[in-house]
Amino acid sequence: MNKTFTCILCPNGCEIRVQLDGTEILFADGNKCPKGAAYVEQEIKNPVRNIASSVLVVGGTMPLCSVRLTAPVPKSRIFDVMEKMKEMKVSAPVKAGDVLIPNVLGLGSDVIATRNVERQETDA
Amino acid sequence: MEKIHKQAVIIGGGPGGLAAAVELKKKGIQDILIIEREHCLGGILRQCIHDGFGLTRFGETLSGPEYAQRFIDEAREAGIEASVDTTVIGLDRDRTVTAVSRKGLVQYQADAVILTMGCRERTRGALSIPGERPSGVFTAGVAQAYINLKNKMIGRRAVILGSGDIGMIMARRLTLEGAKVDAVFEIQPYASGLPRNIQQCLKDYGIPLYLSHTVTKIIGEGRLRAVEVSRVDENLKPIPGTEKEYPCDTLILSVGLIPENELSLMAGVELDPRTRGAVVDEFYQTNVSGIFAAGNVLHVHDLVDFVSLEAERLARSVASFLEEGLPGAGIQVETGGYVGYTVPQKITGRQDAVLSFRPRRPLRGACVEIRQDGVCLVKKKYPRLLPAEMETITLPASKLISDSSIKVVTSGE
Amino acid sequence: MIQTYDVLIVGAGVIGCSVARELSRYRLSVCVAEKGPDICMETSSRNSAVLHAGYNNRPGSKMARFCVEGNRSFDEIAAELDIPYKRTGKFVVGFTGEDMEALRKLKEQGEKNGIRGMEIVGRDFMDKKAPLIKGNFAMWSPTTAILSPFQFTFGMAENAAENGVRFFCDSEVTAISLEEDGLYTVSTKGGQCRARWIINCAGLWADRIASMLGMDDYTIYPCRGEYYLLDKKLKDTLPLPAYPVPNYKTGGLGIHLTPTLDGNIMVGPSTEYIEKRGNYATTREIMDLLIRDGSRIYPYLKQEYFIRNFAGIRPKLVPKEKGGYHDFVIERRKDTAPHAINLVGIESPGLTSAVPIAKEVVRLMREAEDLRENPGFRPVRRRFPTFRDKSPEEQAELIRQNPDYGEVVCRCETITKAEVLHAIGGPLGARTVTGVKYRCRAMMGRCQGGYCQTRITELLMREKGIPPEKLIYGRRGSYIFTGEVRG
Repeated sequence: MNKTFTCILCPNGCEIRVQLDGTEILFADGNKCPKGAAYVEQEIKNPVRNIASSVLVVGGTMPLCSVRLTAPVPKSRIFDVMEKMKEMKVSAPVKAGDVLIPNVLGLGSDVIATRNVERQETDA
Repeated sequence: MEKIHKQAVIIGGGPGGLAAAVELKKKGIQDILIIEREHCLGGILRQCIHDGFGLTRFGETLSGPEYAQRFIDEAREAGIEASVDTTVIGLDRDRTVTAVSRKGLVQYQADAVILTMGCRERTRGALSIPGERPSGVFTAGVAQAYINLKNKMIGRRAVILGSGDIGMIMARRLTLEGAKVDAVFEIQPYASGLPRNIQQCLKDYGIPLYLSHTVTKIIGEGRLRAVEVSRVDENLKPIPGTEKEYPCDTLILSVGLIPENELSLMAGVELDPRTRGAVVDEFYQTNVSGIFAAGNVLHVHDLVDFVSLEAERLARSVASFLEEGLPGAGIQVETGGYVGYTVPQKITGRQDAVLSFRPRRPLRGACVEIRQDGVCLVKKKYPRLLPAEMETITLPASKLISDSSIKVVTSGE
Repeated sequence: MIQTYDVLIVGAGVIGCSVARELSRYRLSVCVAEKGPDICMETSSRNSAVLHAGYNNRPGSKMARFCVEGNRSFDEIAAELDIPYKRTGKFVVGFTGEDMEALRKLKEQGEKNGIRGMEIVGRDFMDKKAPLIKGNFAMWSPTTAILSPFQFTFGMAENAAENGVRFFCDSEVTAISLEEDGLYTVSTKGGQCRARWIINCAGLWADRIASMLGMDDYTIYPCRGEYYLLDKKLKDTLPLPAYPVPNYKTGGLGIHLTPTLDGNIMVGPSTEYIEKRGNYATTREIMDLLIRDGSRIYPYLKQEYFIRNFAGIRPKLVPKEKGGYHDFVIERRKDTAPHAINLVGIESPGLTSAVPIAKEVVRLMREAEDLRENPGFRPVRRRFPTFRDKSPEEQAELIRQNPDYGEVVCRCETITKAEVLHAIGGPLGARTVTGVKYRCRAMMGRCQGGYCQTRITELLMREKGIPPEKLIYGRRGSYIFTGEVRG
């Protein structure tokens, strides 16, 4: 079977043409770098994605803190991870890089803050 | 009114301005001021919370805020002065910069002005989309600001017009936040965003992309109720009889970015009608001496890494300008075939020049040539050229055979 | 307890606000019931923004009389209420011998209406005034002016409010009944009240209000006019309005070009009779027509200059088959409704005629009763200082007095936070995004709110305490948010 993949690992977005026998790659071409081949292999066996979203911040100068995962998670678990991010509340201050949810759902990936959110100074 | 002297005033503290500032400082320029209208530096990256930035510049993949933070930290460590919450409202040919903030109105006299104002989004009005005027029609960037910065959800069921990168990224963002995105429509016969975004933002979530389709009517009195979509012919005109209604409460427009050159025009900077940014030489100097431009205000980029790199090149030439002056550029760069534009649009011929360009339509196995006096100076093969992807071609100064203009063209092979 | 007013005005367009302001000169308790979420939301905010000279209307008609008077006396109200306008003059351009004949007649009609200074001029004169306008000759009307219909309407409303008039928005009148005690009971979607007088200024819905008042003999035929709005980059290309020779049969003055006070250009309006009164849709066919017809007299109608399309609707009293204009109806029926003043079919030149129309309303009321002057009436209103048209020194001073002037909210039009907050504040402050836009021009520029909309919605919610789901863009039901992303 012939299949075409668009590699998402870098902005080049290489179009990789692959000859498959089941899940075994017989032949691949179109990738500018070796990462492309690894991507296709992963994509066939267990596609994974990184996702970015926001979590609620309490007492911050911003209502939200943007977050991402430190490692991609299986595509099929994206919405489960989203649920965790939706439940999450953090108190300001938050610093970029702070681990907000370690090893989310046991998937071996942390949810980390990607921006700083200062504490809102109140007048009282 | 008294003016404050500065060696370099940078208008806009987004990725272009930050990179230029840090590089200028490295080159020994001390007296730099960044003027930023927002409360925080970082520009549009603050709302681009998705990852995928930085692979070219930093060798790793970061989210927008993280990418910006790296430059913000560097600028802070270098002690670069930044005026935030400050808007430039005037720029003259003699490099007088007028800026206002809550603290007052200040005028600066700069030896060099660096324009890094970025771009704005094309709107419904600029496209003249017919129909009623309900709420629920957002440009992709406004939608992104509401969702990622302001914590406001903008709708439950969306369609997207235009396959620009921000539009596709918003398709995924809305989906992750529980909205239903029914489709993306693109008037051109090809996508205008990057292939990876078609994969990871649309295909991953089962969102169809319809090429050669456009929104021909907006329906809804209060809030958007539906859009009418039609197929278009090869002249991009809607084909009667192909109308189809899509119920939705949200229409996201991702239909192009326009360099924000209002201040440049005030200073008499000449613009290129193709890029809608300034006409510059290889030093990124505009026709107005001492006024330079880089990043999305010069031409719209698809990757922030290229913005930073361009701004760093700009900073190096600004440093030369401040120290010993710059030679004039007499060689015009013309375009032909499917090459839509180049930046720079003129060169000195005294040093190697990197020309950025985009094709006007997708090409496979294309060859791009630089010619002078009918002679091919450089020839480069590209397996794939897409309007979504900016490409570069280098012209070594040694290859030039005269002082006449050069032409960058796609060739037959 | 139900509140009783001397006068209830239905509709807060330019006519309702003008009547409100005029009545606030007298010892009367006055309120205005407006159907929409804000004032100045329909025909009054969607027109060519021209102060007409008055030559287009039949001699002896109310239209002619009030238009000429409105133009002549405008300096006075503009000075009192600080309303920006500019006597640019206007060209009605011609190309053929037939056009020349029509222009001569137009000039004659204008002279009969008492207008002075009109001339038929040649290319030389046109080249001096507006060289880019096409045409072989033109009728020159020196008294025609351009104005801000927003400032005009809001100026009168604010002054009326300051003099005691109360405005109720979201208060569509649903029923009016004349009680035995001679008072009207008025039911609105915002509540009930009683009034001795009802003034029907309901514009597009004036026939319905008339019918509630027992006058079933009117039908409004909505006639839509679409416009293009062009970028300020073209500011210097059109210093004055340019019209074609009118064909009154169509029900409009022909597709023309008008500069706005802020430097944009409007192209339109078309004349299209429609079924539904609130249908402000624009259409591909008419957009194409605007460009085709507009290009006959002006050269720059290109996509790159378009920043917006919009439409207005004329409340006409003549159906399409008949065409043309019906005179303004301004009446008091002594026998059937002695305490109601009925204004129907107030279409162009209604904006120009707004003040004389209000004075006519007072005259009709005085036939029935004495109106006593309000000694506390304050005729003067000042506009909140605008940042953009000041010198750097003045701008610096404004910021010193009020640091909110130092925060530019709308980049394209240089509108500051001070101006936005002023638009939101006060008894007649905006509650909608459109309301902010109409009052202070934020979001009217080429990015159409791309930069400032997020800030303006935030300021509106904060200042007015509006929860996100309740904030509306402009019209009823035009919610912007479905809620919060997190929380």
